[in-house]
Parts: sequence; structure tokens; C-alpha cells
Amino acid sequence: MIAEFGLAALWLAAALAALQLAAAAIGLDRARADVAAAVRPVAAAQGLLAVLAMLALMAVFANSDMTVRLVVENSHSAKPMLYKLAGAWGNHEGSMLLWVAFLGAGGAAVALLERRLDERSLTATLGAQAAIALGFYAFLLFASNPFARVWPAPADGLGLNPILQDPGLAFHPPTLYAGYVGLSVAFSFAVGALVTGRVDPAFARAMRPWVLGAWVLLTLGITAGSYWAYYELGWGGWWFWDPVENASLMPWLAATALLHSVSVLAARDGLRAWTVMLAVVAFSMSMVGTFLVRSGILTSVHAFAVDPRRGAFILALLGLYVGGALALFAARAGSVRGGATFDPVSREAGLVANNLLLSVILGVVLIGTLYPLVAAGFGVQLSVGPPFFNRAAGPVALVLVVLTAIGPLVRWRRDDAGAVGGRLGAPVAAASLSAAGLFAFNGFGVAPLLFLSLSLAAGLVVASVLPLWGRRLRRTPLNLWGMAVAHLGVAVALAGMASDAAFTRETLVAAAPGIPARVGPFVVTLDGVIPRIGENWSAVEARLSVARGDSEWVLRPQQRYFSDPPTTTSESAILTRPDGQLYAVVGRPDGQGRWQLRLWWKPFVTFIWAGGTLIALGGALSLVGRLRGGRARRRFDAAATA
Amino acid sequence: MRRAIVWVPLASFALLFALVGWGLMRPADRTVRSELIGQELPELNLPAMVPGKPGVSAAALKGRPYLLNIFASWCVPCVAEAPQLVRLRAMGVPVVGVAVRDTSDAVRAFLARHGDGYSAIGSDTASRVQLAIGSSGVPETFVVDAGGRIALQHVGDVRADDVDALAAAVRGGR
Repeated sequence: MIAEFGLAALWLAAALAALQLAAAAIGLDRARADVAAAVRPVAAAQGLLAVLAMLALMAVFANSDMTVRLVVENSHSAKPMLYKLAGAWGNHEGSMLLWVAFLGAGGAAVALLERRLDERSLTATLGAQAAIALGFYAFLLFASNPFARVWPAPADGLGLNPILQDPGLAFHPPTLYAGYVGLSVAFSFAVGALVTGRVDPAFARAMRPWVLGAWVLLTLGITAGSYWAYYELGWGGWWFWDPVENASLMPWLAATALLHSVSVLAARDGLRAWTVMLAVVAFSMSMVGTFLVRSGILTSVHAFAVDPRRGAFILALLGLYVGGALALFAARAGSVRGGATFDPVSREAGLVANNLLLSVILGVVLIGTLYPLVAAGFGVQLSVGPPFFNRAAGPVALVLVVLTAIGPLVRWRRDDAGAVGGRLGAPVAAASLSAAGLFAFNGFGVAPLLFLSLSLAAGLVVASVLPLWGRRLRRTPLNLWGMAVAHLGVAVALAGMASDAAFTRETLVAAAPGIPARVGPFVVTLDGVIPRIGENWSAVEARLSVARGDSEWVLRPQQRYFSDPPTTTSESAILTRPDGQLYAVVGRPDGQGRWQLRLWWKPFVTFIWAGGTLIALGGALSLVGRLRGGRARRRFDAAATA
Repeated sequence: MRRAIVWVPLASFALLFALVGWGLMRPADRTVRSELIGQELPELNLPAMVPGKPGVSAAALKGRPYLLNIFASWCVPCVAEAPQLVRLRAMGVPVVGVAVRDTSDAVRAFLARHGDGYSAIGSDTASRVQLAIGSSGVPETFVVDAGGRIALQHVGDVRADDVDALAAAVRGGR
């Protein structure tokens, strides 16, 4: 019954999306304000129904309704409740439904909350949002129905991939999806602006909170995903340049560029066509990412069950939306006026450089991700891994870090190069001090790129807080705080990445009980191995005594065996100290009482995720600041016209 | 100029679209093959792993075909594989072992317990051989022909059904 309710809600939502698109088109084309007035309420209702459909699916999973095919294939009645619920989006159909639920909710939020944009542009924006939603409704209803029944119903389900049975799954995909879909709103804004021809600071100010919100969610999603992969996969790595990771990184890079260019448009009325272009690219990249994950054309640890028909469907949607938006851009970009010009030494110029560098990194990641496919065209089978990405994107990213330090210290419109140099005294001193310190402790022991990264990170720490220097902190606008915190986060994350790469110590031993092994400053002794039983798994658990100086700890890594479906996973044990993490994985026994044991000491690795969190926090502060600023501005306007 | 530039994004996308469209239609082949098949085996010289058995020396291996088996005492599929290697040795096929990240005591105990099919075992403490010949894990077995070229790669443990084919491949490699 609940399943049928969900399916009905989905059909209704699809019908409303069609209505929303038609009303927007007629309203704009015939200049019928009365028809256009229907767009907002219809969008809100459509969003509500899409969310109801998602809730229905979650209810079906919570009840372990084994008459629904999706539940049978991805759940099991013995699973803990959290994973039953999370199982609703831990599969192809459910995650697509989550995607459209967010898409609908995003459109509803625009319809209910957006007060800055002129009515015509808003109608066009909601029309574009309906067009996107319509395609994905069709995809769900015709090619991936999540509510399909199975007859006769089996006694129990097949279970969920154990790697996905982790709190990480409950939050990582929804956060990322919300971010992707937030970018769809920016995309719709851009399409709307192209349709009505209004690309101006008002448009930028209206779009900015959506971009900021999407970007904060993407940042959080990527950071959480990175940590999840780090502790769950048991490889000790935090980023693998896997196609699916790249699929989340590419929209983030585009969104980061968009975030900065939209500031130029809002503050100085420059970079008009470029900003619109980026808004289109950012969402296109999330669609490309979805396509890469779902179609299975690239091999990845994240691969979903592969079905070429579904791949073809998403590809068709991709062609329709991205191709359509880019064709619209090509046709209408001529009508977007050039906007204001600026000096080579100015904040605007710095932001243009930021955009170019981010675009280069985006290009590198895109080419690296797709290159195996190109190579396959020439009959060569290969995979592109960290050596390419690190070497090609690393140096560009470091230049970008330098720019991140300089940019906020340059004035809008025009500045004096000498004066900017003067403001950089403290950051340069910090970078030099850090370089000297590193050299004193390690000599030439650290690779040049990592040496540079650590020094630049120290410089950026100082540079990022300089814009706050000398201000009365309580009266400083929140968006300025946001920028400082986000840039500080970049420095912290960079320091963590470089420290992890430069100073990690690894030991692989066949450990016999009682014989100590050394890794970095730690002495690790295997005390013994005991069996453990969990809710739906059994495991062998190693007890490790860890000592550094006078301090002692106990770590308990596990090898877990899940019965539904039968799988083994390594549950790493991690000891977090202020100066880093000790990461332990227990492997297989050798049959003579020894166990394969893998140990890593990773100094300051936690900075990576702390940095990511700071970046997201900075974005959130900016968002709050911009929303407040917008309200104050409207109150002022209202008072002036009254 | 500006007129042409605005079409660049659409053109790039069309290219991307064509590429992934083709990728979607193409039949999938997901097996990882060593790029070194048909190529000469890099010169391997490894110290002896256990007393009384030689290590791997490029000079001693010249001129006759053999099986190169990458294994480790800590690897569970290797345990299942060991009796098949003993069978291969009994059929007159030389099996040269490379023990990855292992200790002498552990390998000796492994051989005593599960059987010893090796004519020589080299110790590779840093996985150098694996990197050099594009092996993706343990166990993995390569057929090396008389000319020192890699003729065949067998990923995973050697099962009873594989023995005859591997023996034939080695005999065919003269």
C-alpha cells in the first residue's frame, strides 16, 4: 500500500513538473502574468510530492516489506534500523529517487523563498528546473521504478553490501546529492537569465546564496566521503583519484570557480558571460558524474549495478540538458553585454586568475578521468592514477594557493603592486620561517613539492586572517569572516595532505603474539585475537597494545564476516592523537598463529578533514552573512520607496 | 572572434558526448592484463629465501621455459595453490618462486606444511618484482618462454583444472 502511494506521488509530481514547464513557457512566451503566477505554487506542490515519494520508499525499507523488489535486493530484516533507512538510497533506484526528491525540494525552495529575482527571470528559472526534473521523473518511472513489486515474496532480503553498512553511508550520499542539486538551481538561474537576457548584479546576488549552499554541502560531502573511504576501505589512503571521487571533485571545482566569479558579478558587474557559463558547467559536471557512476563505462570501486539501457537514458538526458543549455548560451551570449572592466592589479584580476587556475585543474581531472576511455578507442587498456593527477594538478593547485594568499589583500577595481607586496610581508615571513624549520629538522629529506606545500600552507595561514587584521571583529561582516575561515581551511587541509604524504610511516608484519613491532614513534604488540559477534556479522578481533613513551593505548582492528551477502571487510582501528593518527588493519592468519598486521603512523593527517570542515564552515558563515545582508538591503529599499 | 568563442563550450561538449556515447555502446572488457605479455622479462636477481634452495638469478634461468610464481606465506589462496605447484613440478615443469614481503622462517614453515613445488625461491622484500612485471597481487603465475619473454599471465591461484594448460604452455615455450 505504501509502495503504491509512493508510486502515485511520483506520477503526480511528474505531471506537475510538466504543468510547471508548460505554465512557465506560456507565461513567458505570451507574456501572460496570470499563467506565470501558477508556476510558484505548482513548483512547491511538485517538490512536496517528490519528497513524499522518497519518504514512502524509506517507510517501505523501514518495514522490511519483502514484496518490494528493491527491498529484497538491498535489505535484510536483521539489519539495524539506521542501515535499513540508509539502504533506501544505497542502490541505483533509491538514490535516483533521492536525487529527484532533492531536485523537487530545491525547486520548491526557490518558489517559496526567492524574493530578489525579477518575476520573469524567476518564471524562466522555475521552468528550467521543471524541465530537468521532468527528465529524471521519466527516467525513474520508465527505467528504474523503485516501487516495483515482486511475486511471490521471498522470506527475506539479500542484504546490503557490508561496506555500505556504516554511519558514513547514512550521511555521505544525501549531502553530496543535496550539493549537486543545489547546483541544478544555479543552472536553472543561468538558463533563466539567458532566456530573459538579464545577467546583472541583481541576478548574481540572487544566485549567490544557492551556489554557496550547494558548495557548502558538496564540501562537506566530499570531506565526509574522504574520511569514510579512509577508515572503511582499510587502505590508509584518503583520496584515490577514483572516477567517482573525481565525479564529485569536478562539480566542486566548478562551483568554487563560480562562487568567486559570482562575487565579481555581484560587486563589480564584471565576468557576466563567464559566470553564466560556469553555472551551466557546474551542474553539467554533476550530471556527467552521475552518468559515469551509473553507466559503468569506467571501472570504479563505487560502481553500481550496471545496465547499459540506463546509461543510454542518462546520456540522452545529459545531451538534452547540457547540450541545450550550451546551445542557448552560444545563441544568447552575444546579447549579454560585456560588463565593467578592471585593472590588471585588482581583486577582479585575481579572481579571474583564480577562475582560470580552477578551470585548468578541472580540465586535468576531466581529461585524466576520461583518458582510459579515449585510450580504449585506440585499443589500449590503461588506468590513470595518482601519479598523473598529483603531478599534473599539484603544481597548479600550489599556484592557486599562492593566489589565495594574495587575492584577498588586493583592492577592488585598482591597486598598487608595491602596496600589495608590502601587505604580504607577514605571510612571506611565515612561509620562510616554516621552510627554514623544515630544513633544520629534515634537511633534504622531504620531496620538493611537499616541502613547498608545507611552507605555502604556513604562509596562507597568516595571509588568510590578515583581512581581519585591524578590524573591529564584532562588526566585521560575516561574509568576510567566511572568506578568512574558508581560506584558513585550505591552508590547514594542504598542511595535512603534505604532512601525510611526506611523513607517513608504514609497517607490514606477520605478527606473532607478544613480539613488538615498531611504526614511527610507536611500539605495537599483538596481545591476541578473539572472536566477536555483532548484530549481523561475526569477526576476529585483534587486541593491540600500543605504546609511545609512557602512554599506552589499546586498538582493536577487526576482520568482519557478513553472512547476507557473504563478504569480508577489514574494520580498521584508529588511534587519534593531537599530532596525527595511528592506523591499524588486521589481515589473514598464516596458519601458525601469526597474523598479517598493517600499521601506519600518519602525522597530522586529521588536518585534511579539519581543513575541509573549516572550508565548509567558512562557506556557511558567508551564506548567513549574505542572507542577512539581503534582508537588510530589502528593508532599506522598502523604507526608501515607502 | 567573440561569436566563434561562444560555440566552443558546445563543441567541446559534443566531443565529450560522442566519446562517452561510444564508450557506452562498446562491449566491456574488464580484465587487467600485464602490458608485458610478449615482452622480455626484466632481468631478475633475488637473494635466496630459504637455505638449501637457490635464489632467482637471470643467468641461471636463460634458455629454457619455466613458470614464475609470485606468492607469500601470509597469503591464503597460496595455500590452496601449493599442491598444484607440487604436481607441476612432478610433471617436470620448473617452478621459480618469488616470495613477496616475507621472512625465511615463515616460508620454510609454509613449504613444510603445504608442499614445496619450487626449484628456486627468491626473496622480494619490497615488492620490486611485482612492480617490474605488472603483477597485481599474490598469487600470480607467469609462463616465461625459452627466449625470456612472458608468454602468459595467470591471475589468482592455480587450480587443479589449470595445471595441464600451464604445463602445456611451458612445454610450448621452447
